[in-house]
Amino acid sequence: MTTTTKAPPEADQRPSGRRGSVRPGDRNFSIAARAAGILILIVLAGVTVFLVSEALPTFQADPSEIEGGEGFFSYVWPLVFGTLVAALIALIVATPLALGIALFISHYAPRRMSQGLGYVVDLLAAIPSVVYGLWGIQWLAPNVQGAWAWLAENLGFIPLFTGPASATGRTMMTAGLVLAVMVLPIITAVSREVFLQTPKLHEEAALALGATRWEMIRMSVIPFGKPGVIGGVMLGLGRALGETMAVAMVLSTGGFTWSLVSSGNNTIAAEIALDFPESSGLKTNTLIAAGLVLFVITLGVNMLARWIVSRRKEFSGAN
Amino acid sequence: MSKRIDVGDLNIYYGDFLAVEGVSMEIEARSVTAFIGPSGCGKSTFLRALNRMHEVIPGARVQGKVMLDGEDLYAYGVDPVNVRRQIGMVFQRPNPFPTMSVRDNVLAGLKLNSKRMSRSEADEVAERSLRGANLWNEVKDRLDKPGAGLSGGQQQRLCIARAIAVQPEVLLMDEPCSALDPISTLAIEDLIGELKQNYTIVIVTHNMQQAARVSDRTAFFNIAGTGKPGKLIEMDDTTKIFTKPGVKATEDYVSGRFG
Repeated sequence: MTTTTKAPPEADQRPSGRRGSVRPGDRNFSIAARAAGILILIVLAGVTVFLVSEALPTFQADPSEIEGGEGFFSYVWPLVFGTLVAALIALIVATPLALGIALFISHYAPRRMSQGLGYVVDLLAAIPSVVYGLWGIQWLAPNVQGAWAWLAENLGFIPLFTGPASATGRTMMTAGLVLAVMVLPIITAVSREVFLQTPKLHEEAALALGATRWEMIRMSVIPFGKPGVIGGVMLGLGRALGETMAVAMVLSTGGFTWSLVSSGNNTIAAEIALDFPESSGLKTNTLIAAGLVLFVITLGVNMLARWIVSRRKEFSGAN
Repeated sequence: MSKRIDVGDLNIYYGDFLAVEGVSMEIEARSVTAFIGPSGCGKSTFLRALNRMHEVIPGARVQGKVMLDGEDLYAYGVDPVNVRRQIGMVFQRPNPFPTMSVRDNVLAGLKLNSKRMSRSEADEVAERSLRGANLWNEVKDRLDKPGAGLSGGQQQRLCIARAIAVQPEVLLMDEPCSALDPISTLAIEDLIGELKQNYTIVIVTHNMQQAARVSDRTAFFNIAGTGKPGKLIEMDDTTKIFTKPGVKATEDYVSGRFG
């Protein structure tokens, strides 16, 4: 290092290691990273401010002026119900399937096959939601209609399956299934990546104890991947909650009903998409207020996910 | 407990590559056998072939015989899972299950045998295994804390406790002290001396003093050059290997004149 001997005298007087010795590369990177982080906060704050300020007239208005005539709360809760139910159906169907596919790709399939399968699943994520909507109406709904009719006939005593079943099959259950297919690639891709990252060391520890492949997966792969899988599921949930187009197309919307196999119900996102173009005045504010509710729900879900992941940090395998 | 191993003319391949060629040896029950030799000479590969752990690597296969008290481990229809339940293994780097507590780590192997144990039985096994690994006094107050929170040397003894909890016939150790400090190493070496009362122990080590200290018999492996298969050069009582070995290459290696 010949340059150090020729350094200008003021450089020598700087306290080493602290200020002044920051290299330009480090400084630029730190500025860029900080700016990116702050930008996200600004955008988020901007969205919040917009939602709150535009939604405010709804809360100040007389209850009788709101759509339905009974105030904002009675307008929005069926939508919240629909949103949560559709997302829940999607997760219940997609999560086990996604975990199965991810484990198959990461630990069971021969290498060639696992790569091919991985591409195919990733490809599912590339299909636009309008296309899923078309598929849901044209193919899925008619094909599952029979199943819903059977449910209504045989399990009709459960409020969720009260008949008569929709003749078109465009029901909450169908919309949930379409959402399941849509969130499948996200959960699969995230789970697959974390499963593949399981340290060889932990897998061998299990195998050397005489674990079968499934036991090895249960002892080392799944515990190691759990936080990642939860993260993946929450990403999927986020998409399912916010998905607009597919639900708006597939679901034959209507007022609130417990039955998931007849037409009726709606989700927040689909309601906004369907009603917004023709809305004006207070109705617009009401829809934006519904959007604010969706925003709060998603925020809550994400915070819950973070809390779940961090709960048993010392056992997480990260240390 | 504790059985002898007889290896007959064993070749180990990775795909088409012959990694270890023509090894025959006898490993006595209730003794410590050390494998020494330069890096890449196939001693770890050979060790893993003794409980079929090499099969984890795609394309790995063997020719020849490995007999555990007369039973061929590679006979048709033998499940590697059953082999590994009889022949335990301790690895180079301590690998306790990070998501499990100290106690659950020790009991992990027993749970695999899906035996239903009462809590008191499980406690008993955990204590016996941890005492067996000289770890009980250090961890008895934090059995429910994560295993990964222990020091490196403690983690390695936890792994030994986990391996002996299932009461295997043989314990294989693949450089168990290479990631540990001298004090932890000493603790493990003392432990090996005690364990050989009950178990057949095979240990791979790069540390020749360690081989001289802990083992009864020593096997020297060598390799003619890169791409050539590793071979067993000679195997004899440890004192003989380190004082007057039969082969020049062994003498060069143990005296540090290895080129």
